[in-house]
Amino acid sequence: MWSIIEQIFPYAIIFTIPLLITALGGLFSERSGIVNIALEGLMVIGAFSGALSIHYLSGVLDNNTLVLWLGLLAAVLAGVLFSILHAFASINLNANQIISGTAINLIATALTVFLARNITGSGNIRITSGFSPSNVPFLSDIPVIGDLFFTKTYPTTWFVLAILFVSSFVLYKTRFGLRLRSCGEYPQAAEAAGINVRRVRYSGVLISGAFAGLGGALIIVTYAGEFTGTVSGLGFLALASLIFGQWKPLGVLAATFFFGFASTIANVSQVIPELAVIPPILLKIFPYVVTLIALVIFSKSSQAPKAVGETFDSGKR
Amino acid sequence: MRNTIVSLISIILGLVAGGILMLFIGSNPIEGYSYLLQGALKNIERIGNTLATATPLIFTGLSVAFAFRTGLFNIGASGQMLVGGLAASAVGLTFDLSRPVLLLVMVLVGLIAGGLWAFVPGLLKAKFNVHEVVSTIMMNWIAYWTIYYVVPGYFKGEFLETESKKLAESATLRTPFLTDMFDGSYINLGLFLAVIAVIIIAFIIDKTTLGFELKAVGFNRFAAEYAGMKVNRNIILSMLISGALAGVGGVALYTGNASSIQIGILPAQGYDGIAVALLGANHPIGVFFAAVLFGILYSGTGFMNAMTDIPPELANTIIAIIIYFAATSVMIERLLNKFMKRRSNRKDKSGPVVEKGDS
Repeated sequence: MWSIIEQIFPYAIIFTIPLLITALGGLFSERSGIVNIALEGLMVIGAFSGALSIHYLSGVLDNNTLVLWLGLLAAVLAGVLFSILHAFASINLNANQIISGTAINLIATALTVFLARNITGSGNIRITSGFSPSNVPFLSDIPVIGDLFFTKTYPTTWFVLAILFVSSFVLYKTRFGLRLRSCGEYPQAAEAAGINVRRVRYSGVLISGAFAGLGGALIIVTYAGEFTGTVSGLGFLALASLIFGQWKPLGVLAATFFFGFASTIANVSQVIPELAVIPPILLKIFPYVVTLIALVIFSKSSQAPKAVGETFDSGKR
Repeated sequence: MRNTIVSLISIILGLVAGGILMLFIGSNPIEGYSYLLQGALKNIERIGNTLATATPLIFTGLSVAFAFRTGLFNIGASGQMLVGGLAASAVGLTFDLSRPVLLLVMVLVGLIAGGLWAFVPGLLKAKFNVHEVVSTIMMNWIAYWTIYYVVPGYFKGEFLETESKKLAESATLRTPFLTDMFDGSYINLGLFLAVIAVIIIAFIIDKTTLGFELKAVGFNRFAAEYAGMKVNRNIILSMLISGALAGVGGVALYTGNASSIQIGILPAQGYDGIAVALLGANHPIGVFFAAVLFGILYSGTGFMNAMTDIPPELANTIIAIIIYFAATSVMIERLLNKFMKRRSNRKDKSGPVVEKGDS
């Protein structure tokens, strides 16, 4: 049993990372008071622009690692640009945030495939090579922990974990973090205290765009290697992990890792004899059923930001 | 009236954006749109196909609109369509009944399956205040994986692993009378079901106590409760009906337009239903026309793609942009207000005589 876990673990981490960074983006948006159901679409945009820029840059530049990082940067920028649509609709125009998010999801999936088909013909964009996994020197030799956490890791994994650490610090230890959280809890009070609620919410949504774009591109440069016009519901899963993790960075880490681990088990179950006895359908639906149950359990003590999803009306008491 | 104007402006803006996209990839928008219209409406067969394409959209649009009237956001129409379609196909493939009975049973089980699939989020919302957006998305993926394993496991197709066995001609909603009337189009009885559904739902929303209560819950849940309405029961009921509509939509899609279920796909019609409902201002009649418009866009793009270099995803892009504009209708309304004000100002200047009731 242990050897199975040891084998699965690195893959579970690889699968977790895009989910983690996207959910973390969602956290910034929702903590500022804007529901961001557009995470899925923003991931697609990130995956598309990441794959596209890597596809083109790899013909120009020789340094593949540099190309990949530039691709990630392009994805971040594209995510930010696209999330402006959501911010503008839900902050300036008081649109229903869920409808605006849905519209962005639809625009993202349709537009990227439309453009990709126009560029490559098939609608898929292949990249020549992604990051290659490597063992962390010295640390991977530590018994147990070394096998679980420090073998076959991608540099991006450490990058994302660093972002998680910094985000957590920013949210709880800086002025900006306090303001962001106050705008999600009681924006009228925040405004009375002199905070520009709209501007803070803009930054929340734009950060979520940056992170979700990065998450989408991470799928391309680690395990997928190809843009196919979809991120198969990972954005929605990130949204669920955000709730599952109760809008807290460490909770989100735990929730996304749960999803990563459960999905990896479901994906590899057929090749591992001990798991092959379980009907695959049960393994596949397991994470979703658990989420539903978790939502029920947490419903009594939900830590949801109080003003999330409401349009900001500064005259409201 | 105002809603209609806003919807029409959204459509125009969406079409303009689509035209700009065509220019951007180096195609001629006028040529593109003319092929699109020809593809959707050139002859009687194509008109039939357009109406058939619109049929599942009418159902999902009604489904989303109905839940929305109660203040619920049913984003799970895709999953409800899948289970509805699966239930109907299972009946159609298993039982050997006389055609009218079989079709009736298929529609009924599709309706029940879709309703039950939405019942879960409704119950969770009413009893535990779990947000229906997340729970319906979870139900979508549960439906996706259920179909993914149940179809190959029990109803595997003869040639392809990825789709179910084909239904016999007599076990589908297609009927010779309609097929002949529309020159071999795949239009089917689903359209009649959709029209009936539009009428029934319009009646429920506008003319019954149930509809009134559901709308009251949608406007203000607490006021409704204070007025003595059973809010929780209404929420569950609204989701049930919404899911049932999507379920029948699945029956129309998988046993009418198609005759088998493909695995590994969440039907896009579920999400498009949100667009249809929004564009139709959440009213059944509006939903009907919005669905027909989307039917034209979808069924025309195939022909457009064959005649030009424009990818067929143009339709989805236009629809998505239309929803964005419909969602940000405040912007359009502000512009409209400004426009109206300017016009009335000008009237004041030209003729200072203010008639009674004109101010």
